[in-house]
Amino acid sequence: MKHFKNFALGSAVALGVALGGVVPQAAQAEDANYVPLLTYRTGPYAGSGIHIANGMADYLAMLNERDGGIGGVKLTIEECETGYDAQKGVECYEATKGKNALVYNPYSTGITLQLIPKASVDKIPVLSMGYGLSAAAVGGTFPWVFNVPDTYWDGASVVIKYIGEQEGGLENLKGKKIGYIFLDAGYGREPIPLLEQLASKYGFELLQYPVPGKEMQNQSSQWLNVRRDRPDYMVMWGWGAMNPTAIKEAVKIRYPMDKFIGVWWSAGEDDAAAGGAQAKGYKALNFSGVGMDFQALQDIKKYVVDAGKSPTDPESMGGTLYNRGVLNSVIIAEGIRAAQEKTGKKVLTGEDMRMGLESLNLDEARLAELGLGGFAHPMKVTCEDHAGSHPVFIQEWDGEKFVKVTDWIEPMKDVVRPLLEEAAKDYAEKNAPWPARTEACPN
Amino acid sequence: MLYDIFIDPFVQMYQMPDFFLQVLWEGFVAGILYALIALGFVLIFKASGVFNFAQGIMVVFAGLTLVGLYENGVPAFVALALTIVVMGILAYGIERVVMRPLVNQPDIILLMATIGLTYFLIGFGEFIFGGEPKRMIAEELWLPTGSTAIEMGERGLIILQHIDIAAAVIAIIMVTALGIFFNKTRIGRALRAVADDHQAALSVGISLNQIWAIVWFAAGLVALATGIMWGARSDVSFALEIVAFKALPVLILGGFTSIPGAIIGGLIIGFGEKIGELYWGGLVGGGIESWLAYIIALIFLLFRPQGLFGEKIIERV
Repeated sequence: MKHFKNFALGSAVALGVALGGVVPQAAQAEDANYVPLLTYRTGPYAGSGIHIANGMADYLAMLNERDGGIGGVKLTIEECETGYDAQKGVECYEATKGKNALVYNPYSTGITLQLIPKASVDKIPVLSMGYGLSAAAVGGTFPWVFNVPDTYWDGASVVIKYIGEQEGGLENLKGKKIGYIFLDAGYGREPIPLLEQLASKYGFELLQYPVPGKEMQNQSSQWLNVRRDRPDYMVMWGWGAMNPTAIKEAVKIRYPMDKFIGVWWSAGEDDAAAGGAQAKGYKALNFSGVGMDFQALQDIKKYVVDAGKSPTDPESMGGTLYNRGVLNSVIIAEGIRAAQEKTGKKVLTGEDMRMGLESLNLDEARLAELGLGGFAHPMKVTCEDHAGSHPVFIQEWDGEKFVKVTDWIEPMKDVVRPLLEEAAKDYAEKNAPWPARTEACPN
Repeated sequence: MLYDIFIDPFVQMYQMPDFFLQVLWEGFVAGILYALIALGFVLIFKASGVFNFAQGIMVVFAGLTLVGLYENGVPAFVALALTIVVMGILAYGIERVVMRPLVNQPDIILLMATIGLTYFLIGFGEFIFGGEPKRMIAEELWLPTGSTAIEMGERGLIILQHIDIAAAVIAIIMVTALGIFFNKTRIGRALRAVADDHQAALSVGISLNQIWAIVWFAAGLVALATGIMWGARSDVSFALEIVAFKALPVLILGGFTSIPGAIIGGLIIGFGEKIGELYWGGLVGGGIESWLAYIIALIFLLFRPQGLFGEKIIERV
């Protein structure tokens, strides 16, 4: 009946607006650091977006409740609903940037692409954690954009590397067919250049199956094509309602699930569970911990969720996407902490935050100190590399939950990095006059 | 190139007959489901002459109500009955609040009203049920799950999903029942009178309000059936609303006022888009399904502008 309560609360707010035009807003004191969160709890992508939004908001709220914020300064957290729509995302950005926003997390490659040119003008960094424009990893060209811990190209290279291992070596990929089913949007198209490069290098055939956003829940044609083409492996870049539908369709055509691998955004428990017991064996990349066996997550439960200060369903805590949201906010928080140390200021600006993110160094000791030992691979940002190409692992659905089935796998840095640099150069040329980096390196 | 367009697809059909039959089956199921969605649009259009923009969200709303009630501890069949009641209340509410004040207004006003209704139902649904996709309670409603594989030759295989067979049977029953109801009963004749002219229907004693409430309720039932069937194939989520607009080319093709048109149109679009995508889509990189349906509909319109079964309107000056 939680939603009925939400409805009552929503009605009361609507009534308040109608009667007095008063909307309760997040308090924004001058001695607070303002963190807007572009989220989506409604629309076709809410199934994924809600968990991410909860994880992000809850970790920051926990820092406020447990520690009184960061460095003695509270965080003002304000969500803006984008519905995964680029236009609404830009509206959210424009509506909130004037409040001394420290950083933007668009949670959509489409919105990220819109915000990248604005970041250097408005001096507010964009953190697209594991999504967005891969080329943005090149810090010399994109000093205001951060996509730590990995780009999509890193992810795609790990998938191919893993498939190569299954086949006894990358050289054995010659003549194989690898299918790529993807959301036909900026997000899904992003890894294609890298996959094509690897296809030509290792001699496998790349078969593409685009899924238009409007057809997310109507994928029978794509999967009939898969059935006819008989690819040896399937790789998925899905989001929202696309993921559970694809897994159901794969089960329906009896595709061997142990040869079906999703990116880290196709790794939700709800996604895999949609396929029922037959989805067992489905795999997905991941770079954040699963489960609740982390002190920081227990603190979120104690200070925020159990205290009734969050809409999070306690049962969803510890899930892949919830924890991913938590990791996103850990990076924000550590960026703020690093910026406070570098500048000596407590209340920061976007420029300070950029410096903080560029100094990010989440090593094992720091993760343990945060109550997140083993939650993620240690990650570091440098002025040259804003992604870091950090290792990721593969998890497998056992019918009830995801289980880690590989050790950390390094992306093919030797292949990815030159391509990233080439793509960054290409982006700058196409968007000329692209500003040359003038920001000093803080490290 | 000419070989790829005119010869190769047919060679493929001949060489892999099991796959061709699978494509036909998928086209048939898709067509039946499109027909079911289109039926919801046709009912409202017949009664009020307006394209009901809210039909898609009604599918989602009905599905979410059913699953939401079940998740809150209501037994599956009681939840189904209560959902029917909810759709009845919704129909009555729409008639009282939206339609009645707009009697005799231009059609565009009624269209705008259904757009408003769409956004109201999206917000209302998200408030009550949240934005997360929900699993359809197919098994709890005794709908068959699983699949049957029919072997053909050495490597041939046709896979029939039981839920798809059930969807086809239920859709055929619903379409037949609605066809009889609206063609053979007094209410059906009244409906046609209302569709022709609101004022004239009123002048001969037909209760416009009653007809509209009945028709919106029937459209609600169709939405519920569609929500159950489509929800069982994927999940019940707000993304399903968009799928409902797949019915638009079906309506263009079949005519906005014809129940048989919705069925035949649905099947033509269902077969056409699957065969087109699977055998010719690869020539242009795939993904042609979403617009191919409109091309098929437009080709038919060249020869029958009123649609296959639509009424030919002759207006004399």
